[in-house]
Amino acid sequence: MGMTVVEKILARATGQRSVKAGDVLEPRVDLAMSHENAALVINQFLEIYKGTGLEPKVWDASRVAIIFDHRVPAESSKTATNQKKVREFVARHMISKFHDIRGDRGGICHQILPESGYVRPGHVVVGTDSHTTSHGALGAFAFGIGATEMASVWTLGFAVNVEVPATIKVNVTGDFLPMVGPKDLILHLIGTLSAQGANFRVIEFHGPTIARMSTSGRLVICNMSVEAGATSGIVPADAETVHYLREEAGVRDLIDVVLPDADAAYERTVSIDVSQLPPQIACPHTVDNVKPIDQVAGKKIQQVVIGSCTNGRLDDIAAAAAMVRGKSVASGTRMLVFPASGRIYQRALDQGYIADLVRAGAVVMNPGCGPCLGVHEGALGDGEVALSTTNRNFKGRMGNPTAEVFLCSPAVAAASAVAGEITDPRKGA
Amino acid sequence: MAKVVYAVGDDISTDVIYPGRFMATVLPTETPQFAFADDAVFNNQLKNRQIPPGSVIAAGKNFGCGSSREQAVSTLKGHELIIVARSVARIFMQNAVNLGLRLIVVPDLEASLGDEIECEEDRVVNRTSGRNFATERLPSARQAIVDAGGLIPYTRKRLVERSASPR
Repeated sequence: MGMTVVEKILARATGQRSVKAGDVLEPRVDLAMSHENAALVINQFLEIYKGTGLEPKVWDASRVAIIFDHRVPAESSKTATNQKKVREFVARHMISKFHDIRGDRGGICHQILPESGYVRPGHVVVGTDSHTTSHGALGAFAFGIGATEMASVWTLGFAVNVEVPATIKVNVTGDFLPMVGPKDLILHLIGTLSAQGANFRVIEFHGPTIARMSTSGRLVICNMSVEAGATSGIVPADAETVHYLREEAGVRDLIDVVLPDADAAYERTVSIDVSQLPPQIACPHTVDNVKPIDQVAGKKIQQVVIGSCTNGRLDDIAAAAAMVRGKSVASGTRMLVFPASGRIYQRALDQGYIADLVRAGAVVMNPGCGPCLGVHEGALGDGEVALSTTNRNFKGRMGNPTAEVFLCSPAVAAASAVAGEITDPRKGA
Repeated sequence: MAKVVYAVGDDISTDVIYPGRFMATVLPTETPQFAFADDAVFNNQLKNRQIPPGSVIAAGKNFGCGSSREQAVSTLKGHELIIVARSVARIFMQNAVNLGLRLIVVPDLEASLGDEIECEEDRVVNRTSGRNFATERLPSARQAIVDAGGLIPYTRKRLVERSASPR
């Protein structure tokens, strides 16, 4: 029996000819990513060394990435002090893949890693962030871990006691309707599988729709695979992956592609035809509470959020700008836009998208996680309703347990900002 | 015997257990004050030490879904709560094992607020309803970490072994 792509990656990462779902392994880690929670990782890392008489040393400083994004610039002196401690650690341990709060090379970790060429097909990537699943878009096995587990990786260079997950194959066919895309696909899939349907499993994406999809779109579907509980989402690397790494990430060295075997053992296969799929909305307060847009159209909204590790890329901002160009955000609605990285922000400036958005009344914020998780800015008032291109709508997610968050694509979000209510972008705002 | 002091349904996210606006607080000694912060009643009971250590939170499926924030585990561990759930999201389970939060997976669990629960080796007995339920064993991969007393002592042991016999 052949291997799935994740089984193949894990076999390589442990120097074995073959592995299968359920095996317990200690795969070497190619990249270990943290954000502000590196402050806690550092604390736990030093704790591991306590009493050993050994000098604390990161196993390989070139494989550690730290990107500030969750609370940038710092919202409190407490965060600022944590960030300061992380900077000191970065300097002491000579961690080069460090992205501080900067307009040029700063941004959200799940955009910085791909655009910087830090992730390659076949890599094992761990991150102290649940949306580390994003990097499956480049054909890597990437999964979220806690801070203590990261401290263990920093110490040993491998992840201890990893069970090879079973894989669900998702085969996607058909062309998207206009104004429908990857976000609608992944919301539909999460609604189909449920919030726990892929718990402890990998989602491996296949089919002509995926083959035609840009890396930006693949990042969307892998990013949100965790909302079905998945350990990781993954698109086996192809010509598009190599193109992205060469042209966008500036990778010059050899790119080694890992592919699943034709006779790989999948737990099950899910087939989706997107050709008639309408825009999808995840309704409060779970991401799997997904409905076609006509069931929620007309709902009044006080805040629209466009950005995040899910939908803050250039194509997302372009779609939003096209929708609001020459129009105005509805009175009573706030529109917040935050690009995923400094690079994307600059391109959006060059292309005139930022001007379109600002002239329409949108507030453009600095790259970072922004209002997504309710820690920093753009909090909701009591009973308010937000429509957002982010990835989670749990109770209290945007800082207020009495507020409601609906999730959607950038096109839906922008059309709705102009209308002041949830609006199908195909109906012409 | 332990009492169910909090009963919740499916898909309780880490945003509910430990809201994001407290994420700047990271140390396990400081996180317990924000457990279930958006539920003022339960949060106050915890802060005022009205909940005895060893009390049970009974949960449905997919407990701890969402963000990987470890504060969601350290905040419950700080109150020495026991989580008995029908199923648990992967990262939360891993974090619980790593930090030593007691977590019992009981796929068919039925328990309500105020029930008296007994947690035995391979079953959970609900003394109030008189019913008992089989527990799901932790995968062996995780048992080794539990046996070591958590991931920090486990990794420290591996580190010391490695430095004693360089590969």
